[in-house]
Amino acid sequence: MQRLLWGLAGCALALFGAGAANAQNTVKIGLIMPYSGQFADTATQMDNGIKLYMKQNGDTAGGAKIELIRKDTGGIAPDVAKRLAQEAIVRDHADILAGFVLTPNALAAADVSAEAKKFMVVMNAATSIITTKSPYLARTSLTTPQLNYTLGTWAAKNGIKKIYTMVSDYGPGIDAETWFQKGFKDGGGEIVGSVRFPVANPDFSAFVQRAKDSSPDAIYVWVPGGAQPAAVGKALAERGIDTSKTKVLGQDALTAESALKSMGDQALGIIMVANYDYNLSSPTNQAYVKAYNDEFHRNPDFFSVGGYDGMHLIYAALQKTGGKTDGDSLIAAAKGMAWESPRGPMSIDPETRDVVQTVHIFKVEKVGDELRNVEIDKVPNVKDPGHMTH
Amino acid sequence: MPPVFGVLFDGIAYGMLLFLLSVGLSVTLGMMNFVNLAHCSFAMLGGYVTVTLMNALGWPFFATLPVAFAAAAAASVVLERVFFRRFYNASDLEQCLLTIGVVFVSIAAAAYIYGTDQQPVQLPDFLRGSIAFAGLNFAVYRLFLIAVALVITVVLVAALETTRFGAQVRAAVNNQRMARGLGIDVDTLFAVTFALGSGLAGLGGALAIAMVGLDPSFAFSYLIYVLIVVSVGGLGSIGGSFAAAMLLGISDIAGKYYVPAIGSILIYLVMMVLIMARPAGLFGRR
Amino acid sequence: MTSATIAGPHDYLRTQTRWRWAEIVFWLATLLPFVLAPDYLLLASQVAIAALFVLSLDLILGFAGIVSLGHAAYFGTGAYMAGLISEWGWGEPLTGLLIAGLVAGAFGYLTSFIIARFRHLPLIMITLGIGLLLQETANSASWLTGGFDGLQGIHTWPIAGKFHFDLYGYTAYGYALAVLFAIFLGARRLTHSPFGLALRGIRDNSERMRAIGASTRSHIRTVYTIAGMIAGVAGALLAQTTETVSLEALGFQRSADVLVMLILGGTGRLYGGLLGAIVYMVARDRFSGLNPQYWYFWIGLLLIAVVVVLPNGLLGGLSLLARRVKAAS
Repeated sequence: MQRLLWGLAGCALALFGAGAANAQNTVKIGLIMPYSGQFADTATQMDNGIKLYMKQNGDTAGGAKIELIRKDTGGIAPDVAKRLAQEAIVRDHADILAGFVLTPNALAAADVSAEAKKFMVVMNAATSIITTKSPYLARTSLTTPQLNYTLGTWAAKNGIKKIYTMVSDYGPGIDAETWFQKGFKDGGGEIVGSVRFPVANPDFSAFVQRAKDSSPDAIYVWVPGGAQPAAVGKALAERGIDTSKTKVLGQDALTAESALKSMGDQALGIIMVANYDYNLSSPTNQAYVKAYNDEFHRNPDFFSVGGYDGMHLIYAALQKTGGKTDGDSLIAAAKGMAWESPRGPMSIDPETRDVVQTVHIFKVEKVGDELRNVEIDKVPNVKDPGHMTH
Repeated sequence: MPPVFGVLFDGIAYGMLLFLLSVGLSVTLGMMNFVNLAHCSFAMLGGYVTVTLMNALGWPFFATLPVAFAAAAAASVVLERVFFRRFYNASDLEQCLLTIGVVFVSIAAAAYIYGTDQQPVQLPDFLRGSIAFAGLNFAVYRLFLIAVALVITVVLVAALETTRFGAQVRAAVNNQRMARGLGIDVDTLFAVTFALGSGLAGLGGALAIAMVGLDPSFAFSYLIYVLIVVSVGGLGSIGGSFAAAMLLGISDIAGKYYVPAIGSILIYLVMMVLIMARPAGLFGRR
Repeated sequence: MTSATIAGPHDYLRTQTRWRWAEIVFWLATLLPFVLAPDYLLLASQVAIAALFVLSLDLILGFAGIVSLGHAAYFGTGAYMAGLISEWGWGEPLTGLLIAGLVAGAFGYLTSFIIARFRHLPLIMITLGIGLLLQETANSASWLTGGFDGLQGIHTWPIAGKFHFDLYGYTAYGYALAVLFAIFLGARRLTHSPFGLALRGIRDNSERMRAIGASTRSHIRTVYTIAGMIAGVAGALLAQTTETVSLEALGFQRSADVLVMLILGGTGRLYGGLLGAIVYMVARDRFSGLNPQYWYFWIGLLLIAVVVVLPNGLLGGLSLLARRVKAAS
């Protein structure tokens, strides 16, 4: 009998304790990312950006304490991502869903955000349709059309008349190809040929040779990050592509730090489009890079900035709603939010809830002894053109 | 020269790399029937040894290659003595499961020590760039790779055909029980062969970095290609592995050049057709 | 041989098919999550789906000795079929499940002609090849499959018009569990039949089986078709309960995972597969919460431990333990 009474007392205390914790007003964020598996490095960079933001700005916002609940999807696994999103809301009582490196996972979780009416911040996944899947969704990273359409029109206007495109044969690659070609044609250029390579392709020489056969002014390449950028860069150099005669254009991952180290001087002259690179010269960015270096002993990349700005959006939205965490209030607060990020000025489009930002064009040059992406041009306030066709 | 020769050259280089990675597995599978799915973990080990020596200790590239070989061979000896030899008579499935467990542990260890991103390696200048010849470009590194692989092939075949050790290996692959009956110490033979095969894989891994990159998932991603080479070439045959690796490297690249839309499908189709036509492999015995 | 030991093959089979109390306890325990762990019902539904998938692999691997590295091909076929039917406007779950299962079974039937002709390494490589080919084709046919992004627009109607798929997962788990149990009953009946005995014979010594006149190839084709159908049903369940399908449903990772689950639990006993699925899925969920990057390390160690200490899988270990306890008492 005594044991039963103690047990009941214990339960009561626990219940009250839980209630008391809630009274302190904690905002829980379900952070759903591929922490293990082949995308783990991307998740690490994003997580670092998040951690840095919280270190610099404390762990309270809008009067509430921020608590992160990390969940691992293990890679491309939309069924797991959906379950983790549901569990975050139902079991862990999360108010906000965030993270999302991969498009299939983001799409699956967006369904949950729409059904449960929870604010969701996509910090990396770059396919346009994601923001249409839930009215409570905002994105702080980039969209593939945003970068590639801009690069296409820029290339056509900067002396390139004929181009050959090569992309990886899956969603993001095909997306990049479609929008780059559209931008290039809209700018008056001519596509002389195109090819798609298989996703896990180790050897690019056959494709580069085909590109060379068409004698273009430039070659556009899109590959996902990892081993492929360096492999393709080397294949281009080995097949005799001279970047001063035949320009090479690509998107962020093509000239990532590890790829540059691997390619060496063969990378000189590659032109790249990105929303961020650690070499940007603004004072905001230089402070960010220094803080990031001090904390994590490596240079930040565009993944980290997606996480950093994602947290900023959450904090600013909570500030604006005064701590209210329901989906409607938060998304209303997020719409139109504008701020200065390490990448430059950015804002959340009130109609599409997608990111509006400056698109930078870089060229690989030698700075001192090292290869760096040096900014050569930029286009401010670029909206996602992918929404314009809807 | 028509550009297709440039493409073929690249295909041959890729095939040579696959050969180096696969030959060890073919021989040990043929000799002991031990399904060692952790074979590419040794390749990965060799790669990481090279990366560490070059990036952390500043060694020149060539000096790291023998160390990569030795490190992978040594690691395999340890694993073989402590672990694997208890499972020579276990079922295929158990061997698969055991070695998959080793692969998983190796991937996690690599991720823990080195992180999950790509490991860049700076080749010495004379290995970079390409040579122009007859209107085509030939990458210097690929020439180097082909040269190394050819030398190794010649040494292996010579060792197999002319030395006593080689004769014993051939005997054990052909008929293990008989070889034992004739007094050949098959266990030590196998340990040595296993070490050599894993060492070659380690060398292959080190050489692969500059061509296809290195990250913790290497142990898994190349396993599929290696299995294809081994099963198409025939177990226990160096010539088979060589032929299969060449065939796969060339058909993969040629397919991608002429009909890019086929992509990876060609390599899997070729594999299935060859295996269905000759289940024991091109040069297999059983 | 006295009359007390073996009275005849039919009686032997009959004693095998009697329900043991451990089995009854197990199935009753599967109802516990509804009451004890309602926050975990979504995980439970995915465990049930994995268990069904493992069951299908057990039929071909544990009972017929076919090692397959590409079994996800049938799972994925069922998943995409169910997803496509829903996308085309028919979201009724039970009929969708049936159609998906039949399509996957048909695919299994067609490939079984190739499968039945090979053994050992060539067979493993062929199953691998089928899986990889299907995945590449599905990626290329992105107009049909949605490619990398996956199928969009799947909406599963409430079961029998009443049980709609809720956020907590009550319906999902109930549905998956019911399907699992129904198919399990069928599989149990099959393996305890003369056909099941023939399969075991083929697994252990196929030459001998042929010598005594059994038609090994047609038996293998039959069991492979059935296994394909069951795997397809499991895939369809996943598509319907999560309303997502993407390329990884057909992928090598999924084929490898199901193989690991089966061997972990123990092959050839049906319950081994179920146990393996439960342990693997729950362990993965727990580990990924604790320290996601190092999931591979712990599962690798677990696999090695199982092979070294428990060659018949976890279930083999448990039954060994049970026997020791019984012998001691």
